[in-house]
Amino acid sequence: MTETKKIRFVQGNEACVEGAMYAGLDFFAGYPITPSTEIAEHLSERLPRNGGKFIQMEDEIASMCAIVGASLTGNKVMTATSGPGFSLKQEAIGYACMAEIPCVIANVQRGGPSTGNPTHVSQGDINQARWGTHGDHSIIALTASNHQDIFEITVDAFNLAETYRTPVILLLDEAVGHMREKLVIPEKGELPIVDRLRTSLGKDVDYHPYLPREDGRLPMSDFGGEHRYNVTGLYHDMWGFPSNNPTVVNQLLRHIVDKIENNIHSITRYKEHYLEDAQYILISYGSSARSAIQLAEDRRKKGEKIGVLELQSIWPFPSEVIREKCARARAVLVVEMNMGQVMAQVKAAVEKPKRVFLANRFDGKLITPHDIKSLLRMVQGRGV
Amino acid sequence: MDAIRLVFSGSGGQGVITAAIILAEAAVIYSGKNATQTQSYGAAARGGVTRTDIIISEGVINYPGVIQPNVLMTLTQEAYNATSSIVRPGGLVLTDPRFVETAKKVDAKQLELPMYEQVMTKIGKPIVYNICCLGALIGVTQILEPEAVLDVLDERIPKDFINMNHRAFDLGLVLGSQYQYRRFT
Amino acid sequence: MAVKDYLRERFFPHMWCPGCGHGTILNSLLRAVEELGLKKNDIVMTSGIGCSARISGYVDFHSLHTIHGRALAFATGVKLSRPNLNILVPMGDGDALAIGGNHFIHAARRNIDITAIVMNNRIYGMTGGQFSPLSGPGIKATTAPYLTIDSPFDVVKLATAAGASFVARSTAYHARESTEILKKAIAHKGFSVVEILSQCPTHYGRKNKEGDAVAMLEVQKNNTAKIGSKALAENPNLIPRGIFVQEERPEYCSEYDKIIQHAQQR
Repeated sequence: MTETKKIRFVQGNEACVEGAMYAGLDFFAGYPITPSTEIAEHLSERLPRNGGKFIQMEDEIASMCAIVGASLTGNKVMTATSGPGFSLKQEAIGYACMAEIPCVIANVQRGGPSTGNPTHVSQGDINQARWGTHGDHSIIALTASNHQDIFEITVDAFNLAETYRTPVILLLDEAVGHMREKLVIPEKGELPIVDRLRTSLGKDVDYHPYLPREDGRLPMSDFGGEHRYNVTGLYHDMWGFPSNNPTVVNQLLRHIVDKIENNIHSITRYKEHYLEDAQYILISYGSSARSAIQLAEDRRKKGEKIGVLELQSIWPFPSEVIREKCARARAVLVVEMNMGQVMAQVKAAVEKPKRVFLANRFDGKLITPHDIKSLLRMVQGRGV
Repeated sequence: MDAIRLVFSGSGGQGVITAAIILAEAAVIYSGKNATQTQSYGAAARGGVTRTDIIISEGVINYPGVIQPNVLMTLTQEAYNATSSIVRPGGLVLTDPRFVETAKKVDAKQLELPMYEQVMTKIGKPIVYNICCLGALIGVTQILEPEAVLDVLDERIPKDFINMNHRAFDLGLVLGSQYQYRRFT
Repeated sequence: MAVKDYLRERFFPHMWCPGCGHGTILNSLLRAVEELGLKKNDIVMTSGIGCSARISGYVDFHSLHTIHGRALAFATGVKLSRPNLNILVPMGDGDALAIGGNHFIHAARRNIDITAIVMNNRIYGMTGGQFSPLSGPGIKATTAPYLTIDSPFDVVKLATAAGASFVARSTAYHARESTEILKKAIAHKGFSVVEILSQCPTHYGRKNKEGDAVAMLEVQKNNTAKIGSKALAENPNLIPRGIFVQEERPEYCSEYDKIIQHAQQR
């Protein structure tokens, strides 16, 4: 019986919940919004059973703020939302970037702009995840196409948030979020967990909350602990105190960008499907990748050398990996459910941007293998 | 047989989506297979045509939508009219004469089973209608062992209602077992 | 501990204008903390944006200077995750009742054990003197050159209606009274709102011909009266000061602990 217990048949949103619990989630604040609501519903049941806290706040903004507050007391924290709520959270996400507070924001994407289509799929928030908040900053955004990967990438999101003291965006979408499929919950210890890096300084030693160690990491001290310090969204010095000294400002902005961009190799996550000899490469992510993989398998049965590069980290954008993997491809098709947000990045990354094509859909329907095939055949010069 | 693709359609409140989840869960948890289940969300779930797609496979399932189902179970006239044309040629359409009048033009084996009548005369509670339909589907197609579905019912359903659900499932199973449909190509 | 031990003197001089009432309120607050004998490590001060919000930088507590209007939302996260901490949230007119109005009423509704201090100077000082939801009609401001037409919130009535279990009002002029009220507010288990009328001679006093800081303090003295006083009975136009609500009601974090117990028993 123990064997079957570990196998679950769940929605993607619940796979995300399981991943978060596995990663050690202590605190969730949220506001219901389709299609992410199941994350809040399940956590309202799961967290208190583990002694954790769940709070339904008055709005999306408050939810984002509450998790930042809770993170400062030493908790692993998360919120979940969709398009309109993601827009509302942006200012506080910027605060978390600036004040370097670890937190995870799941955005189960739906159609937009505005209310768009709450119950239908989209991948239209790629650029908002990157540039939704104002000012220069860097961000980590991850995604996944099936429930096992959602589980693992959620664990990863928490690990990266702790490692780099930064908000991490989990870009899911309605199709994977609502779909049900198999999830095997790993044993404790099977996946690595990064815990909060806390300062080892004694209580009478000056603690500089914003003085990076040599490896660039900043040990934290829990609010309520021995070290009292200031946290602010203003430019600040190593004490966390507001400063507009140009040198301090310059170093701070470099730090919050470099700590992510310089570690792109550790952050980048992707999967290769039949890439070794691929003449045509489909680049995709999230639920679109399922259709891309399906098409590649269908065409391979007919002898066509099609491969799929499935992105699991979108930001920082894995340009180098894409350039390298696509170097020998006759053409690259970006398969996504928006008007080409990742395609623009791919065109900028590869040597021959003219050989990059977009196979997309943005009408609320999950893109089908047939949709991709139609474009592929044109690119192959075989007509529709 | 590589993968079996099914579509259940009906109206909100008939329990077609619950039936789909139970079937797919039985495949994954008690039959060692893979399965995906997707459904129409929003207004359709609160009246109007409800549709849910299920794929059951020994291998990995990628695209989770069903374009041409091997098996279509459709439980209202409106749902039948909307979905009967998608069935795979030579596939199976399972309906209930209480709700659906079938059309001749559908290129598939159409099976009309009086599931609603069975439930109402033998149990008298329409709430277990969907479980009876599931029993009938398993009886006709034998795509899973009946025990796998019963295990899911035991897991999901409050104790006081388990017997009633088992009875409904058995009614359907007996009804369906009189027929056979095994062509999952 | 001396009051100045609660300050981060390294970060002085402070940024408030000469004559500003906010420094007096900080003084009243620190005396309250001292007299209650609270440990610095057990206090988190959370603030938003504005002149009032800068108070969090000057105190030697755990301090969280956040974004405009959201101090109470951040504070809710801190408090619920570590209920043993004392949370102080000083806010200006905008933080508390304009951009932050929603969080204000919901924190009050939950009765979460946080002390909210509304430093009401009836103006947006930091941005240069625009009217606030506490200005009231007939006020001159940089965004009301023809005088304001909007009615103000009554902070006490709003907090009471929203469910705060401790509601009080005082002024910067009544510094000792403020200390006593703040002591009770901090000690109170539940959401406490203390409105303290403050003066902004730079942006409010000058434009509205209320004179300098001293003259504005005179107004606080002469236009207010204690609840139950003869003066208030004789002149109902005076602004009442004192404690309006002080009730024991289920507190959010304690109630959540019961949820945890319940969930773990299942």
